[in-house]
Amino acid sequence: MNIKFNDETFRDDYTFHNSDWAIQRFPFPFHEDHYMYAVNMEQHRGGPEGSVYEKRFDVDEHYVAEMRDRAMVLADDPLRCQSLPHMELAGWDLLELIMVSKSEDYPDLFELHRNGDHWRWVNKPLGIDDSFTFMDETTLPYGPMEYITRQTQGDFALLDQREENLWMDAGIVTTQADWSLDFDIGMNFFEWHAPVPLAHEKGIFVRALKFLLNVQQGAPGRRLNWTMTVNPLLDTSPENYHKWGIQKSSLTPDNVGQKQYLRVELQTFFRLPRSNGLVFPIRCYLISLEDIVTIPKWGRRLHRVIRDLPVELATYKGFIDNRPMILDYLSKFDDGSETSPGVWPDPQLEKG
Amino acid sequence: MSKFQFPEAIRSRPVYATLVPRKSKHHLMVANAEGGEALLDLVKADAGLMADAHVIYIPGKTGEAYIEQLQKLQPAQVYVGPTYDAALPRLRLALKNAHMGLQLYLAGTEGLIGQVESEAMAAGIPVTAIQKEHRGSLARRMQCVHCKGITEDVLTDPFVCSHCGLNLFVRDHYSRRLAAFQGVCIDAEDPGNVPPAKELYT
Amino acid sequence: MSGAEKIAVRVSDIIPLTDLVTRFEFKPINGELLPTFSGGAHTVVEMQDGDTIRRNPYSLMSDPFDQSTYTISVRRDDEGRGGSLFMHTQVSVGDEMTISNPVNLFSLDLRARKHLMIAGGIGITPFLAQIKQLDRAHANWELHYASRNAALGSYVSELTTQHPNDVNIYYDEEKQAIDLDNLLEGQPLGTHLYVCGPKGMINWVRGTADRLGWASEVVHYEEFLAPQPGERFQVELAISNKMIYVGENESLLEAIEAAGVDAPYLCRGGACGQCETNVVSFDGEFLHSDHWLDDDEKASGEKIMPCVSRFNGKTLVLER
Repeated sequence: MNIKFNDETFRDDYTFHNSDWAIQRFPFPFHEDHYMYAVNMEQHRGGPEGSVYEKRFDVDEHYVAEMRDRAMVLADDPLRCQSLPHMELAGWDLLELIMVSKSEDYPDLFELHRNGDHWRWVNKPLGIDDSFTFMDETTLPYGPMEYITRQTQGDFALLDQREENLWMDAGIVTTQADWSLDFDIGMNFFEWHAPVPLAHEKGIFVRALKFLLNVQQGAPGRRLNWTMTVNPLLDTSPENYHKWGIQKSSLTPDNVGQKQYLRVELQTFFRLPRSNGLVFPIRCYLISLEDIVTIPKWGRRLHRVIRDLPVELATYKGFIDNRPMILDYLSKFDDGSETSPGVWPDPQLEKG
Repeated sequence: MSKFQFPEAIRSRPVYATLVPRKSKHHLMVANAEGGEALLDLVKADAGLMADAHVIYIPGKTGEAYIEQLQKLQPAQVYVGPTYDAALPRLRLALKNAHMGLQLYLAGTEGLIGQVESEAMAAGIPVTAIQKEHRGSLARRMQCVHCKGITEDVLTDPFVCSHCGLNLFVRDHYSRRLAAFQGVCIDAEDPGNVPPAKELYT
Repeated sequence: MSGAEKIAVRVSDIIPLTDLVTRFEFKPINGELLPTFSGGAHTVVEMQDGDTIRRNPYSLMSDPFDQSTYTISVRRDDEGRGGSLFMHTQVSVGDEMTISNPVNLFSLDLRARKHLMIAGGIGITPFLAQIKQLDRAHANWELHYASRNAALGSYVSELTTQHPNDVNIYYDEEKQAIDLDNLLEGQPLGTHLYVCGPKGMINWVRGTADRLGWASEVVHYEEFLAPQPGERFQVELAISNKMIYVGENESLLEAIEAAGVDAPYLCRGGACGQCETNVVSFDGEFLHSDHWLDDDEKASGEKIMPCVSRFNGKTLVLER
């Protein structure tokens, strides 16, 4: 595989764009024409070739640009990356997991050479070649979690497991759907999900926690989540909401197709062996409405999902005010015909 | 009336109960203002508690109302101080010298309870060894998520951040580590469109 | 799929330690590295005992970061159903066996300023791995280890030689006892207490800690319940539409598995909750032995943990 990395931005002039390849492999999250919370977890052990599910940590054309954006966010606000003192071991667990996975899954891009505790890590896309001592923080420019997640797409929550609960005690969060690590760090599973409407009443979090507590070494899992974002802005943080919130008011019937993005999170979870913690990578994929509707099935389905979504969820996901405009746009791509089950594009099922 | 029944809220919002005596050889009690009354009620349930108790009390606006009665109970150690900041070095020393088994009793405003709880957890006290009873003012301690500044004694929603001046709405989302609720800009999508401030819980 | 991921290993060494305890070492067959683990984790060892597959959990006691070898200790239980006897009498160096990926139900709380460990008898094994993990992190720990006598004190000399200042040994037959009240009263804030040993010891430590005001979340304990033998009983599996018999020396879970029915599990010791099974109907009496279900659930007759619990009576129908 040969990935050509985009030169693009996620702020200011927003030159972010998806190639045809990226559109075709986009993790469309709706397997039917309506949406409600579910404990939609499955094993994360590969997926169809070329899909975002194939590798343990997907690398795509946005990699280099996303890492550049992350460095800018961290320079502005270092509190986006924090680790409570007892989470250092989990940080090493994570560094090992990512380095081993990426060097095995993308040998042309990443190399890991291990000789006992003496490790050499080569990251060709970012031009990094570092030698260090595993488990010795003084030999790296950052702590282990920060070091490796500055080189890996997606946010990361490192969870400590104790008292039959999970505690968000470390993380790096720069591509989030409007939540603050600095505020939430130290909270348990129910506390950091407290603001989510409807799902508590449905018992979703009780069941999800039970599942997560039993994720075993060597048996990772995954699920999808989604929201809507105006402009391909990765860093929709509460910290900067007073700056980016105004962009939601910039949608017009003429620009909604280009400016309104579906934002999908591929959430995976891995048991960390040395610390018995859990890592929860949250990988964000963005796609504009006008790119979605190039896949007829997705255009039809998204229209129906957005149209029928309960008000509480549209409010929580932050697009209640723009929903009519989004629906006006999408309705033009919904001819009312049937959609096939499942998330895949299924172009062979389209007429003519 | 110093007691208030908080409405049901989201899972991160602290909940308060009535202090009850617990088995232990060491008890640390921290209260402010009407919280003093909660300590008096606690001791009614077990008069022996005070022989092993260290009381830190910050009377604030209630002045002399509870001081004499608290002192009459003859706690093993007692401190009456002007502010939380003034009491903090003593609280930290008490925690540093404490042993496992210590029971912590907190009473008074949410701001006081939250700040002591945060100190205590940082010192290694397990959460369930901390009891909390709200008394007195309904004011909240708010963190502005934008500038990170803390505004004390917030009684209305929305309110103006005392540091950056943004109009913030009062969330129930609460951080034990920061001992604060979260305040988020209310007019980011429509600058200047700020609803009139309403008293909390009305 | 049930249980944790599996690993094919070869028995690389068998070392009798005391009259009752033997140590087994496993190395991977495929030449790859074993997974690292966290101190306190166990592995489930599969034993092909005639027609029966036994699966017993044993704490991993080797260095959690050593990926070349796993080590367990097995205490022979002459009264038990035969798993430990199988290990002691049927397993030889060079044998191939299947074990599970490590699972930890007795994890260290890494926030602790101090780890205070209390072990009784074979309950020492999880602490051996935890101590190696804590030493690597230069953490603060202290062990109090009670054994019946010196002859049965596996690992006493290893521990006292390597950690003369942190290990305290007590021999029951010499009337040496842990002065628990004093020990607990002197512990600084941030101490976590861990106990592993016989049921009586666990109850004593937990009860004393509670009386002295220790919060339950800082008192950690692990008690693997070996499934107890009992009278043979009959069970109907409603979903798979099968009638099975649970033999005297067989657990209900083993009987379900032997019938070719897939059932979830992790610890097989009544602790993790994975094998919780709904009861459709019953006429008789449950012999609950787990510490997963609470008293109300046990009394309800609606759930059973088939890894350790049994049944006495006319009919039992399970949702499996």
